[in-house]
Amino acid sequence: MDKMICIVCPRGCHLEIDENNNVTGNFCPRGVKYAINELSHPERMITSTVKVLSGDLKRLSVATSKPIPKEKIFDVMNEIKKVEVRGPLPINSVIIENVLGLNVDIISTRVLKEK
Amino acid sequence: MTNYDLIIIGGGSGGIAAAVSAYDNGISSILLIEKEAYLGGILLQCIHNGFGLHTYKEELTGPEYANRASSELLKRKINYKLNSMVIDITPDFVVTYTNKEEGYQQVKAKAIICATGCSERSRGAIAIPGDRPQGVMSAGQAQKYLNIEGYMVGKKVFILGSGDIGLIMARRMVLEGAEVLGVAEIMPYSNGLNRNIVQCLNDYNIPLYLSHTVKEIKGQGKLEKIVICKVDDKLQYIDGTEQEISVDTLLLSVGLIPSNPLIENLGVEIHPRTKGPIVDESYQTSIPGIFSCGNSLHVHDLVDFVSLEGKKAGFFAAKYIKNELCTNQKVDIKNGVGVSYVLPTQVDIQNIDELQINFRCVKPFKTCYIIVKNGDKVIKTIKKPYLVPSEMEKVVIKKDLLQNLDYLTVEVVDG
Repeated sequence: MDKMICIVCPRGCHLEIDENNNVTGNFCPRGVKYAINELSHPERMITSTVKVLSGDLKRLSVATSKPIPKEKIFDVMNEIKKVEVRGPLPINSVIIENVLGLNVDIISTRVLKEK
Repeated sequence: MTNYDLIIIGGGSGGIAAAVSAYDNGISSILLIEKEAYLGGILLQCIHNGFGLHTYKEELTGPEYANRASSELLKRKINYKLNSMVIDITPDFVVTYTNKEEGYQQVKAKAIICATGCSERSRGAIAIPGDRPQGVMSAGQAQKYLNIEGYMVGKKVFILGSGDIGLIMARRMVLEGAEVLGVAEIMPYSNGLNRNIVQCLNDYNIPLYLSHTVKEIKGQGKLEKIVICKVDDKLQYIDGTEQEISVDTLLLSVGLIPSNPLIENLGVEIHPRTKGPIVDESYQTSIPGIFSCGNSLHVHDLVDFVSLEGKKAGFFAAKYIKNELCTNQKVDIKNGVGVSYVLPTQVDIQNIDELQINFRCVKPFKTCYIIVKNGDKVIKTIKKPYLVPSEMEKVVIKKDLLQNLDYLTVEVVDG
C-alpha cells in the first residue's frame, strides 16, 4: 500500500494505491492516472522566465507545454536559461521547440509587446 | 466631474470578474481603476501553474489566467485606467485618482466595488528579534524581483512560514540555482496546500521544520545567520533547541492581510478575524453601496474562488444600482465551535436562491461533521474526511431550509 498526495490540482487529494494498482481517495479520474504515473515515471510541469532583449517586459514567463520527467527538470532549466527573446510575441508562442528531444515545447505564458 | 454607475478599484482577478459580471447584468457605465501598468494584479508574478481548474476547466499559469480574464473585460469594452492610484473616496462616493497623463482627477459613482487585494505581513508584524540587515524580505516581494524584474535575491535561502507563496518561492529559488536550506513553520502543521508541500519541498529535499520559528536574525549590513528554534504548544521558544544557520536571504511567508485603507478611512466595519470588511450575502459592506470581493475581503487559497466572488459582487452591485437589493430582513451568521470565521456574517434571503457560507476551521480535523444551525435547530450536516485551516471550506444551503431564520451558526465537530 502506497500513500501519496495528488498534485494534479490544488485540491490535494490523499490517495492510497494497493498492490494491484487500485487507487482510492481520489476526487476525480485524474487522481488515478497521477498515482500510477507517480509510481512508475513521475512527471512535473516547469515554469520559469526568459530574458527579454527588446519588448515591454524585462522577463517573459514560460512553461513546459506538457509535464516533463522529474529527473530532467534541471536539464530543461539549463536550456531555458540560454534563451533570449525579442518582442512582439503573442501569448503561447513556442520559445523552444521539442526541448532536449522530450517532445515537449517551452511556450510563453504572457503577451510580449514591442517596447 | 464624470459620473459612473459603478467604479471598481483594483484590476486583479476580483475586480475584473466584478466588472464583467456587472456589465453582463445590465450596467454599462463602469470605470475600473488599476494602479499597475497591466491588468491582472498579483497573478502576473505568479508564473507557476495550477490556476483556473474551476473557472476554465484547465490548468493555467498566473499570467495566462490574467490574460483570459482581462480579455473578457476588453471584449465588453469596459472603461479602465492603468497606472492610476485611487487616493480618496468621500462619503458621497467621489473617487479621487491620480496618474501621469491626467494628473489629479475626480469621478463619482452610484456604487463602488473594492477589489484592492492584500498585502504580506512583514518582519515587523511578527517582531523577529535581532539585527536589521538587508536580505530579509517577504516571499512575494522576492517573487516580484525574480519573476518580473529578473533579479536573484540570494544564494543561500531560508524561508519562515509555510504559506503557499513561501513554498512556491522555495522551488523557484532552487530552480534558479539557489540553495534553500529549509522552511520553518511555527504551527505543528503547514499552512500551504498539500500539493505545494509535495511538489515544492519534497521534490527538492527541502526540510520543513514544523513547530519551529526564527528566534534571531544576525548580520552587520548583510544577513549572515539566523537562529531557528523549536516552540512548545503555546508557541513559546524551547530553550536548548536553537540551531544557527548561515544564510544570505530570509524570505517571510507569514500571512496575508486584506488591504482596505481607502474604505477603512470611510468607517467601513472590519471583521476582527479576516481583517477585511464585514459583508452580507450580497458582498455589501456596512456602508450601503460599497461592495468588497477577492483578497481585500478575505484571503483566498485559489484565484478561481476570487473570480467567483468578484462575479457575485458585480451581480449584487448591479442589483443595488437598479434598486433591486433588499436589506430589511437581515439575520446574523456566526462561527460556532471549530470554526474561526464565516463569510458572509449576515444574510437577507430575499436576495438569494441559495446561501453559500465560506469558512475556515480552527485546526486540522480528521473525519468530522460540518453542522449548520438555525438558532438551536440543526438544518444541515455534512460529513467530511478531513478539514484543514489552510483550505477554505464552503457550505451551500438551499433556500427552503432557510425559513423562519433566527440566526445561523456553522460548527465543525469530530466525527
